[in-house]
Amino acid sequence: MKHSRIFVGLIFFFSLILLVLNLPIQYTASIDRSHIPFLSDPTQQQAPIEIPVIQPYKLGLDLQGGARLTYDLKMDDISDVNRENALESTRSIIDQRINVFGVSESVIQTIKTGNESRIVVELPGVTDVNQAIDLIGKTAQLSFWEPSQEDLSAEDATSSAYPLGATFFLNGKKPVQTQLTGKDLEAATVGFNPQNGATEVVLNFTPQGTKFFADITKRNVGNPVLIVLDNEVIQAPVVQSEIPNGQASITGGYTTEQAKTLSIALNAGALPVPLELVAQSNVGPSLGIASLQQSLFAGILGLVSVVFFMVLIYKKEGLLASLALLVYTLIVLFIFKIVPVTLTLAGIAGFILSVGMAVDANILIFERMKEELRAGKTKSQAIEQGFKRAWTSIRDSNISSLITCLILFYFGTGIVRGFALTLAIGIFVSMFSAIIVTRNFLRVFDGGNIKNQSNLGGNVERKIKIPRFLPFGR
Amino acid sequence: MNIIKHRKIFYIISAVMLVPGIISFIFNGLHLGIDFTGGSRIELGNVSELSEQELQQTLENVIPVVSIQQTGDNTYLVRTEPISQQQNDEALSVVKSKDIGVRQLSFETVGATIGSETTQKAFLAVVIASLLITGYIAYVFREVSKPLASWKYGTAAVVALLHDVIFVVGVFSILGVLFHVEVDALFITALLTVMGFSVHDSIVVFDRIRENLKREVPLPFDEVVNASLLETLNRSLNTSISTILVLFTLLLFTDGALRWFIFALFIGVLSGTFSSIFNASPLLVTWNNWDQKRKRKIKK
Repeated sequence: MKHSRIFVGLIFFFSLILLVLNLPIQYTASIDRSHIPFLSDPTQQQAPIEIPVIQPYKLGLDLQGGARLTYDLKMDDISDVNRENALESTRSIIDQRINVFGVSESVIQTIKTGNESRIVVELPGVTDVNQAIDLIGKTAQLSFWEPSQEDLSAEDATSSAYPLGATFFLNGKKPVQTQLTGKDLEAATVGFNPQNGATEVVLNFTPQGTKFFADITKRNVGNPVLIVLDNEVIQAPVVQSEIPNGQASITGGYTTEQAKTLSIALNAGALPVPLELVAQSNVGPSLGIASLQQSLFAGILGLVSVVFFMVLIYKKEGLLASLALLVYTLIVLFIFKIVPVTLTLAGIAGFILSVGMAVDANILIFERMKEELRAGKTKSQAIEQGFKRAWTSIRDSNISSLITCLILFYFGTGIVRGFALTLAIGIFVSMFSAIIVTRNFLRVFDGGNIKNQSNLGGNVERKIKIPRFLPFGR
Repeated sequence: MNIIKHRKIFYIISAVMLVPGIISFIFNGLHLGIDFTGGSRIELGNVSELSEQELQQTLENVIPVVSIQQTGDNTYLVRTEPISQQQNDEALSVVKSKDIGVRQLSFETVGATIGSETTQKAFLAVVIASLLITGYIAYVFREVSKPLASWKYGTAAVVALLHDVIFVVGVFSILGVLFHVEVDALFITALLTVMGFSVHDSIVVFDRIRENLKREVPLPFDEVVNASLLETLNRSLNTSISTILVLFTLLLFTDGALRWFIFALFIGVLSGTFSSIFNASPLLVTWNNWDQKRKRKIKK
């Protein structure tokens, strides 16, 4: 009994804390480095260390708007052993490219089903989907072309064998690809032309690439050399003299932002595998906000209607169960926040449904208690027996629901998984709240012990009144 | 009240509930959404200048439109063959040139391969869930293998579960014919949840049967089942009412695809309550009677 009271006190205490933590607030602790001797460097100005203590709820694309792109990887040309690798490196290249795009909270998942490998990219808040698709799909294949000895024929001029625009620049000679490609690139950086201040992308070649580049420039003094990106000529500078230092620059009239994108694409290298966009969904931000408000309202209303129903049917016990339900809600919301669980419409539906299932355990217990009371047991005996006897059916039925969740999670993608996850979390927490929390509430507030009679004014030995309203009274 | 005695009446009620849907399913199937068939779905809002017909004509010139449906005040859902983002942008700009205020609420496209994969997975998920649940029930009821083998409890629960799946699928087949209601990936989620719920209900009754069978005083099996049903009836109904209350509020305050998802859950829970009370447990008695008859025949 004493333990129960301490426990109930703790529950209230932690509920208050959870209530505060669940508020839509954000808090980032920022620690000045000078307080931590081994991390501080007095000679330099250093940014404080930032630790996100409380983060906001993570909302899915359907609630905050954004785009989801699903790509198939064309692995036909890649041997089985290398596929795992190819998938992983494609993922990391896409990751780098998206970072350039400046999307916070983007999610990239790799999915393998049978022979298919997929990459799902989620870009919350992105409205310009085309730009994102371009950036991700960009192959960033860099190559260098030079004029050959042969003259260009009429057919060649329109041939698709050459990069777009290649035939314009070479004074009527056939273009031919050199050995130098993106593979020979050590690094690409953004720089500014010392003469006119224009933004340029500076290419630094590897030793091998330096040699290639020196050879190319040596044999083409006075001729144009084509810099080709993704099968399109982006620049055709005329070589003034041999360049032995392995440096070249592309000045394509870029803005700083474009130059940055290009340099990162070049650094990340070409995608090892061609991609095909197989599924896509974009949700406008206004639809997202409307859905969020709607589902929040429905959730609160659902909760209120269950509380109303429980109090109507089970009176005082129903009220205590409703209190336990509030504790349950606070715990689940907190778990959503810290994990964090990405909340989608289906996920919220799963959570609201689990509220309905959470009271089921209490209904089972209370019905059992009533039977025990009818059999002539005292209230406290009835409480203990009710919980004990209802346990097997609560356990078995919840496990069967968890089996369903597991299958949903295993077979489903996206929304289906979100639903399964929130429902499963709900089931676990509901077992705790309906059994442990409610039990201690009942022990403390519902006359479990005669000694308590004075301070709680309890009606200890009185049997529970059998509710007048029963759907199919017997 | 003797549910077991009148079990045949309830079997007939179940048949009446299921048959129209089954017939509709055989002849019309389900109205499958792009999640299963592949294709694109465009949601347009704030369409004020164009009528539905004008919108359709405008779009048909640019993209392969399959159907157009008004979903709310000035909002339309357009289904097309799979199209790319560029085609979508083109279509949007053409519409905007005629009705400047139009906004795209969402755009979704699913390739055909993903579609057929989803269908396969959905089917597999329902089958595996049924098997695992049967297995689990057989395991937890292993102590009460007399007079009925424990795997038969599992099977009875799964029959009740299939009852609910067939009912929901049937209703959606009919809705597909009458109101062009589409079935999407969320629908499968609803089905699996209904399955979980239905078994949940059946297990509570079976649990009581298990408890009553363990008692010292032996009663005939059908009386044990009936008593257990009645003892748990209040709980079954109260739980269903509380869940249905939640679903009902959800139903009132959601729209679009999510509303049909909730609706599927709603009728599924109703069917689940019915089947777990009036089918699952009575089936145990029917099965037991068969077994007894067979044994007697063998003895003769």
